[in-house]
Amino acid sequence: MPEILTLAGVSRRFSGLQALRDVNLKIAGGEIVGLIGPNGAGKTTLVNTVCGVTPASAGTVTFAGRDITRLKPYQAARLGLARTFQIVQPFAEFSALDNVATAALFSRPGQSLKVARENARQHLAFVGLDGQADQPAATLTLAMRKRLELAKALAMSPKILFLDEVNAGLNSAEVEKATALIRQLAAGGLTIVMIEHLMKVVLNVCTRIVVLHNGELIADGAPRNVVRNPAVIDAYLGQQYAQRHAGHG
Amino acid sequence: MIRPSIVLVALLAVIALLPLAGDAYALRLGTIACMYGIFALSWNIVGGFLGYPSFATAAFFGFGAYTTGVLMTLGASLPLALLATLVASLVGASVLGAVLLRLRGHYFAIASLSLVEVLREVVNNATDLTGGGMGLNIPLASNASILGDAIFYFYAMWIALALTAAMVVAVSASKLGFGLACIRQNETAANMVGLNTTLYKSIAFGLSACFVGVAGGIYAVWVHYIDPSDVFDILYSVKPIVMSLMGGLGSPVGVVCGALVYLGLEEVVWRNYIQIHSGLLGLLVVLLLLFLPHGLVSLRGRLFRRGTGHA
Repeated sequence: MPEILTLAGVSRRFSGLQALRDVNLKIAGGEIVGLIGPNGAGKTTLVNTVCGVTPASAGTVTFAGRDITRLKPYQAARLGLARTFQIVQPFAEFSALDNVATAALFSRPGQSLKVARENARQHLAFVGLDGQADQPAATLTLAMRKRLELAKALAMSPKILFLDEVNAGLNSAEVEKATALIRQLAAGGLTIVMIEHLMKVVLNVCTRIVVLHNGELIADGAPRNVVRNPAVIDAYLGQQYAQRHAGHG
Repeated sequence: MIRPSIVLVALLAVIALLPLAGDAYALRLGTIACMYGIFALSWNIVGGFLGYPSFATAAFFGFGAYTTGVLMTLGASLPLALLATLVASLVGASVLGAVLLRLRGHYFAIASLSLVEVLREVVNNATDLTGGGMGLNIPLASNASILGDAIFYFYAMWIALALTAAMVVAVSASKLGFGLACIRQNETAANMVGLNTTLYKSIAFGLSACFVGVAGGIYAVWVHYIDPSDVFDILYSVKPIVMSLMGGLGSPVGVVCGALVYLGLEEVVWRNYIQIHSGLLGLLVVLLLLFLPHGLVSLRGRLFRRGTGHA
């Protein structure tokens, strides 16, 4: 599969803080990339930089052969870069259906609200929220709102999907449900980049792991190799994790 | 969406019948009522639909008054001058909106307030064109009798109100209105689903300005004489906010009712308690907002619930 997303020498600085430092990354179509690293490593900043929320201070981002470094978030969204937020961002007064309809409506030109709502219903059914279609988003549980975020992202017919901690704050049954959904999307050929702290989920789903630490890319490769990388164990996983998993594979 | 717009049409129709019963005084009040209705409906686009606290109404009003006034002293006819005012307000405010609406909350409120001051100073200093602090005399548009004049300006303002109402109802039912509601609820998320928030906000600001500008133009011709401190009066910015809050934020019918009730209160209090009228009016507004925080439209819901509550 050819590369769909390329980051070349991407840096991002917030006045005194270097959030991303010379990140080089190539993602091929159909890959499921796990983006891990300690808190404050720059994972969310990386997603924000690609999606145009906080444009890169240096370097270039190329998406499907097109330079998107300077695009605004809505332009990136229309090109097919969709993302979910770590802190869910619903339109609180809108029903679940209308929340998803916004994505279908504004991500492509010339859509009517009626068609967008029909389109939204399918995506709600996919994430298992068809029963809550008419409920205001503010009344949904956290797990449901996370799935709503996912439905919203999918309604944009993305070419690449960024999942920012979709499992944070969920119990294990809910995590399993969410993981099953991600696997299903992956099986459909969608390229996914997921920020995730639950290593079980990462190892379960991802075809590749990328590790950020202090804004720098410290490891990149097959999951089994990355979790054995001493630098990764040192910066993020910890000795305990390494010992516990030493016996496996 | 259908029923409230029928109520709005009925309300406008009733207002249109005023000349049948009225003398020049009633017509003057009716003209101001229509003007306040335009203010409230227009403010509601930015303040209600979009959720940005705008204090720019006086700026649009003064801009419209001076644009029409200057064009007419230069020899333009009234319809042409008003049309030019409409377009100039729409375009000018859209461009300004793209810049001003980058600010949020209190910062936007202050910036929109300063727009009034800036325009007032510009008009004050452009003496050659506007007469500056001396004010501007506007040629008479008609030679009708006092009553004929009153009826003419009443209907001019009423038509502007009807157009504003039609525009606001159309916006609220459109993709634009849906997008504005998205921005109000969560601007970050709106951007991420592919909504061009800058464009939508700028259109909203333009639409909230154009008919206020026209109202300013009609006002200028109606009173024949304007000066900067009259038409750039900050009260024109505050009143529509009070009316909208009294009527019910976001509801077109509500804000028109709010405008009418506010004008009624203003007039009654002013006539009966001239010494303490502004204090008393303020007190009434505070009490109304305290006991009816969701505005007059919430009364309908309450009455309805009481009617069916025991079923």
